[in-house]
Amino acid sequence: MIALNRRQILISGAFLWLFAVVGTTLVAFTEYNTSSAIAENERQLLLRNLYALLPRDQLDNDIATDTLSLPASPLLGTDTATLAYRARRAGEPVAAVFNSIAPNGYNGRIHLLVGVYVDGSLAGVRVVNHIETPGLGDAVEIRKSPWIKSFDGKSLDNPGESGWRVKRDGGEFDQFTGATITPRAVVEAVHNTLLYYQQNADMIFE
Amino acid sequence: MTMQSEITRNGLWSNNVALVQLLGLCPLLAVTSTVINGLGLGIATLITLVLSNSIVSLIRGFVRNEVRLPVFVLIIASVVTIIELSMKAMFYELYLVLGIFIPLIVTNCAIIGRAEGFASRNPVGPAALDGLMMGLGFLLVLVLLGGMRELIGFGTLFAHAELMFGDGAKSLMLEIDPDYPGFLLAVLPPGAFFGLAILIVAKNWFDLRPAAQRQPTPAVAESA
Repeated sequence: MIALNRRQILISGAFLWLFAVVGTTLVAFTEYNTSSAIAENERQLLLRNLYALLPRDQLDNDIATDTLSLPASPLLGTDTATLAYRARRAGEPVAAVFNSIAPNGYNGRIHLLVGVYVDGSLAGVRVVNHIETPGLGDAVEIRKSPWIKSFDGKSLDNPGESGWRVKRDGGEFDQFTGATITPRAVVEAVHNTLLYYQQNADMIFE
Repeated sequence: MTMQSEITRNGLWSNNVALVQLLGLCPLLAVTSTVINGLGLGIATLITLVLSNSIVSLIRGFVRNEVRLPVFVLIIASVVTIIELSMKAMFYELYLVLGIFIPLIVTNCAIIGRAEGFASRNPVGPAALDGLMMGLGFLLVLVLLGGMRELIGFGTLFAHAELMFGDGAKSLMLEIDPDYPGFLLAVLPPGAFFGLAILIVAKNWFDLRPAAQRQPTPAVAESA
């Protein structure tokens, strides 16, 4: 390497700094200009997901705004406060939809929407965000496989405690070809969400 | 040979990113379990390559040599982030499909390889063309490998095409045999290594056939 004098080092440093500033500015500018569109897209997706769990005719309130902030909870897998969405009809509670997280996916966290009817049975589950392996673990997405529908109508008594596992672990739920860790994590997270609802049912619809 | 056709030939065949340079293997091996996955990553990589090559070429005159690599890394990271944000805002449906692949592009050494090896020494036109052709060559291998693995692993082709092209594309899916039991190895990472090895062997076999069977072509130098 050629010998550098102090002046050249300073120029190079300034040059690098300049590029860091320009790059960061461009990213920040893009972020600023896209954030509202992204938020709106995410809201539309949320509404679509919520209505997929709870058909529109089951509720008559604005479920996306009738929310309750839940503190971080190990049963929900959350380490910050998250929102629960409440569905009502004629003022009577119908169901609650929880944001829960399966912390132990193959590649990290799997974010779920878990809909629970007032009686503690599952309205349904959807994966909203994950980084599982494409082609293997991503079969938890409804668009890739109907597997996630196997939770519909299940509750803490159906199946019982020992059934809330994937088949390889002696439970009721299928694993996927080549991927056991992902469905195992989802089954555990859904079960924990039901436990959370059981313990907190009173305050959810306050 | 004109410069354009040399760049094209390099990118698509004689200096193919995946088959000859063996760059970008991390995303290549990770996502090519189906045709559509391969196509998705291929398109995103192609756009990134064209943009990063063009920008690097535009600033090549005044980047100081000692800091050029960090500058290239900054440019590539900014481009990838901006593509991700723009897609999220404008093509949310497509983002939901390709989103998980986009961060993988940063791990693709082919992009910084082309920035350093070609774009930083050539005018913007050839640099952009090089990005396009290198990206296209990479995309073709991704699609081919995805097709091989999907066909052997799942017995289908173009499954989930509707995620990328809308519901009309659902009929694109070909199912060879509904009772095909699947061949897990092809879908798992080893299948990617075997598949890539087969493609490389096939390419080299084609290139090394006895000269009598084809027009001899002179070896093409790496860059102008």
